[in-house]
Amino acid sequence: MDLIFGLITGILFGILLQRSEVIRYDRQLGALLLQDMTIVKFMLTTVLVGMVGVYFLVDLGLAKLSIKPLILGGTVLGGLTFGAGWALLGYCPGTSGGALGEGRLDALAGILGMLVGAALFAESYPLLKATVLTWGDYGKVTLPQLMDQHHWVLIPWFCLLGYVLLRWLHKRGL
Amino acid sequence: MLGTARGKPWNPYVAGALAGLLLVASLYASGKYFGASTTFVRAAGMLEQTVAAERVAQMPYFMKEMPKVDWQWMFVVGIVLGSCVASLASGTFRIQAVPDRFAARFGPSVLRRSGVAFAGGVVAMFGARLADGCPSGHGLSGTLQLAASGYVALVCFFLGGVVVARLLYGKGR
Repeated sequence: MDLIFGLITGILFGILLQRSEVIRYDRQLGALLLQDMTIVKFMLTTVLVGMVGVYFLVDLGLAKLSIKPLILGGTVLGGLTFGAGWALLGYCPGTSGGALGEGRLDALAGILGMLVGAALFAESYPLLKATVLTWGDYGKVTLPQLMDQHHWVLIPWFCLLGYVLLRWLHKRGL
Repeated sequence: MLGTARGKPWNPYVAGALAGLLLVASLYASGKYFGASTTFVRAAGMLEQTVAAERVAQMPYFMKEMPKVDWQWMFVVGIVLGSCVASLASGTFRIQAVPDRFAARFGPSVLRRSGVAFAGGVVAMFGARLADGCPSGHGLSGTLQLAASGYVALVCFFLGGVVVARLLYGKGR
């Protein structure tokens, strides 16, 4: 059942990604060159709607949070490394599949590369786990915990900040 | 294609909001958050299993992320299918090996583009696994749960991306 839900969710997400063109190389590079903020608009709206909905479900006891740990060594170095590769590839792991689906064959080279990257990481994992992945380990921490505020105090502020950012992008014609 | 109403792109705010609702509905239905990069680990493990099953079984990372088809695996397959159906239905499906922007800057060589895409894929996935997530797992699912790791990762994704994109394309086009 899990697998069918995954497939259906993926199909619907793929339709949304394709029809809003956020899976295009030109759009992804456009965002990284700060010229075309389509993917930022898409992501930010998804996050704000998701934030309200997910915390609503969690508070009703209908879902659980799944927080990834903040390990500065891994999150920062891995994040920067990912970004560098993302600019070369022009697709992220999720959108590369979407790009392939709409006929972009270069995404296939990227997917093969990502499989190799995953294999290389699996080889390096024991070493990294003992070194980089121990640097600055803060555990599974959330912003409400760090700021000592209830999440419903923070969420409206995030929505407001998101709205201001989107308006600013809109005004600048990005 | 962009001129026809059928192929016109959807408003990113509307599509993004629908994706947010989809994410919430999916969490309610199956308890799973969007993510993509772990699937590449599982798929790599499955491929390696075909040549060295015993070795894969002993590797700590593949013990952590078992080489098997799970919710997220099917989610990623679904993205390929959904995009394929949507592009065919809207007349925007196009076989293309070199994106327009890349061709304008680096020429039409398929080999060159494939090489850069492959290398980028290797680097991106290594980084994503080191960071324990990609723009889906950290950028969407992490930030919307107000996870500190999600915000740190997202800032780093863009920082690394902006610097390398600048190196590739310069300040102008």
